[in-house]
Amino acid sequence: MIPEFGHFALILALCLALLQAVLPLAGAAVGNRHWMALARPVAAGQFVFCAMAFGALAYAFLTNDFSVRFVALHSNTALPTFYKFAAVWGGHEGSLLFWTTVLAIWTLAVAVAGRAQPLEFSSRVLGVLGIVSAGVLLFTLLTSNPFDRLASVPLDGNDLNPLLQDPAMVLHPPMLYIGYVGLSVPFAFAVTALLAGQLDRNWARWSRPWVVGPWVFLTLGIALGSWWAYYELGWGGWWFWDPVENASFMPWLVGAALMHSLAVTEKRGLFKSWTILLAIAAFSLSFLGTFLTRSGVLISVHAFASDPARGLFILALLLVISGGALLLYAMRAKDLTADGGFTLLSRDALLLANNILLTIAAAAVLFGTLYPLILDALGFGQISVGPPYFNTMFLVPMLPLAVLLGIGMHAAWRKTPPHLLVTKLKWPAIGAVVFGVVSPWIFFGTSSVLATIGIVVGLWVVASSLVDPVTRLVRRGGTTARLTRAQWGMYLAHLGVGIFILGATVTSAFDVELDRGVRPGETWQAGGYEFTFQGLRNVEGPNYDAVEGQFEVRRDGELVTVLRPQQRVYRVQRNPMTEAAIDARLHRDVFVALGQSLGDGAWSVRIRVKPLISFLWIGALVMALGGLVAVSDKRYRSQKAEEAERVREPAPATTRVQPAEGH
Amino acid sequence: MWRYAIPLVFIAVLGGFLYRGLYLNPGYIPSPLVGQPAPEFSLPSLKEPEREVGSDDFAGKLALLNVWATWCIGCRQEHAYLLELSRTSGVPIYGLNWKDDRDAALDWLATLGDPYVATAYDPLGDVAIDWGVYGAPETFLIGRDGTVLHKHIAPLTPEIWQRDFLPKIREECGSLPCPLVEGE
Repeated sequence: MIPEFGHFALILALCLALLQAVLPLAGAAVGNRHWMALARPVAAGQFVFCAMAFGALAYAFLTNDFSVRFVALHSNTALPTFYKFAAVWGGHEGSLLFWTTVLAIWTLAVAVAGRAQPLEFSSRVLGVLGIVSAGVLLFTLLTSNPFDRLASVPLDGNDLNPLLQDPAMVLHPPMLYIGYVGLSVPFAFAVTALLAGQLDRNWARWSRPWVVGPWVFLTLGIALGSWWAYYELGWGGWWFWDPVENASFMPWLVGAALMHSLAVTEKRGLFKSWTILLAIAAFSLSFLGTFLTRSGVLISVHAFASDPARGLFILALLLVISGGALLLYAMRAKDLTADGGFTLLSRDALLLANNILLTIAAAAVLFGTLYPLILDALGFGQISVGPPYFNTMFLVPMLPLAVLLGIGMHAAWRKTPPHLLVTKLKWPAIGAVVFGVVSPWIFFGTSSVLATIGIVVGLWVVASSLVDPVTRLVRRGGTTARLTRAQWGMYLAHLGVGIFILGATVTSAFDVELDRGVRPGETWQAGGYEFTFQGLRNVEGPNYDAVEGQFEVRRDGELVTVLRPQQRVYRVQRNPMTEAAIDARLHRDVFVALGQSLGDGAWSVRIRVKPLISFLWIGALVMALGGLVAVSDKRYRSQKAEEAERVREPAPATTRVQPAEGH
Repeated sequence: MWRYAIPLVFIAVLGGFLYRGLYLNPGYIPSPLVGQPAPEFSLPSLKEPEREVGSDDFAGKLALLNVWATWCIGCRQEHAYLLELSRTSGVPIYGLNWKDDRDAALDWLATLGDPYVATAYDPLGDVAIDWGVYGAPETFLIGRDGTVLHKHIAPLTPEIWQRDFLPKIREECGSLPCPLVEGE
């Protein structure tokens, strides 16, 4: 009964979504305030029904209702409760339900925040979100109903894919989805601006938190996914340029570009049509990501069950939603003219460079991801594009971006006198170069050109992000202007970028990899550590059996840690899984994964010593934290606060180097 | 202005490619060997090291060459079906034991049963390289004139036999009397 109830709630949600898609937009077009006023309550209702449907499916999982096909395919009585709940989004149908529920939550948030905005504006935004929601709900109900029943009820379920039975995997998809789906809000804002034919600074100010918010979730989601791949897939790598990873990374890059171009649109009224285009692109790429993961057009480690009928539906949805927005853009964008200019050395110009470089990087990733598909479609056969292409194509725009970033944070709008920048950034630059050249020799006794460049750039970003906060903390109450939350957020996020660059460079340049066959009792060296294979034992988990190896790790004769990697076989699905054991410290990870038995008591073992790999996750966390701090800035909260800010803020035409206004 | 329509054109082209992509199989990797003469080889037999097993053994016959190893889980999975095929299909199955240990392999055949007419022992994987093997199990169908008719990667199942192998075998045999009658 409960699953039928959930199914019915989903149908009602679709009805409300259709209402939300039609009436507010029609009302705004003809000036009917009653129709426009419907947007908010309808959005709230849609949220209630989506939440009910989601609750019904979760209930079916928790009560082991294997008469529901989706539950039977993705759960099992032996599955721990924690994972039973997470299994709701562990397959295609459930993850779509999750998608629509998240969209309903974002829509509700927009409806609540929209009370401060003109009715015509907020109802158009909600109307556009209604179109997206109706499309996805229709897709769910027609092709992927999670509430379908089975004619003959199995005694037990097929179990959740063992790869997904992991704490990080419980959080990774929701984070990504919240980010993906959240980008529909700036998309709706962009379409609203095109419909209304006007885009003022208020529009940009209202949009900004709705870009930063989803971007924070995307950052966390991507970082979690990378962390999961690192310790769960057992390959010891942290980024594989897999199509599905790329699918999440492209909206992140474009979202970052959008964040920065919105700053220019808000402060200077420039880049208007470009900002709109980025907002449409960011959401379209999210949708494309959904298409790529769900349709099976590309090979990926994320092997979801896929079928062309579903792919066709998402493709149609993508073309209707994004194509419609771009058609509107083609007709209306020319009306969004800008006023005012800027010089080459100004924050405006540097942010333009930021946008160009981020867009180039995103385009390179998009091209590399789709290239095999394009060649295949043209009949040139099958190829795959590997990491060498992506690493090069990504680094080329990213290195100059990181260098310019340090300057951009400290440049003023419109025009900056060079000598002020030199005074401020002289020491961070010198320090970064000296320490960057010397430190690899000190810590690793070796270096390379690429490693030096990476470390110098990383240190430069870290140092230039710290200049203002440190000055502020040292000279408390001095002449330095107070930093707003937006500025703190900006410095923090960029500090995160710097930390990340350091981690990525050092890990890639100085890691130690060793794959070998070993027998119990054997001892060998790797990366300054001494490993001893002490033996094996059998372990029984709740729903798997495992062989566990025991490895003693010593440094200079002293015991560092004992690592116990496992080779698991999950009882229901029978696939072997590698559980690597990692001793994680701030300055390095020691990673041991157990491979296959080579016979005669020998086992293949994979050893990695990865310096500074923790900086990758710390960097991502600091970036996300920076975004959160920036969003909490009070000028996004109320009209009054904004006016207070206006009074305090100096006129933009000033030539003094202002502490950066958060961008 | 026309330049504002560029993104629209871009997404239309992209949509076209994605649509086409829906009907292509990205997992399909054609073997360059299919339609080509099978590479010749001669290796010591697994069971009798002093005897040679090689392409001469199946010259002029319709035959299967199955690449296997004791460390390969998929091989264990398909083993029962290979035994069944060896009894019912009438197509002789030759084995290529790949990068394996002789004792372990002999032990495997003794415990699980031996579906192979003969097995060539290739501990270093030299012959497997000529055959383009990059994973086990792989199964090749070789025609009477020595051409590779089909290559299958992954464990063999009744469904795959029915779908991929039988049509090729029928085509190869035509109206001539063929060893194969049952197994359909």
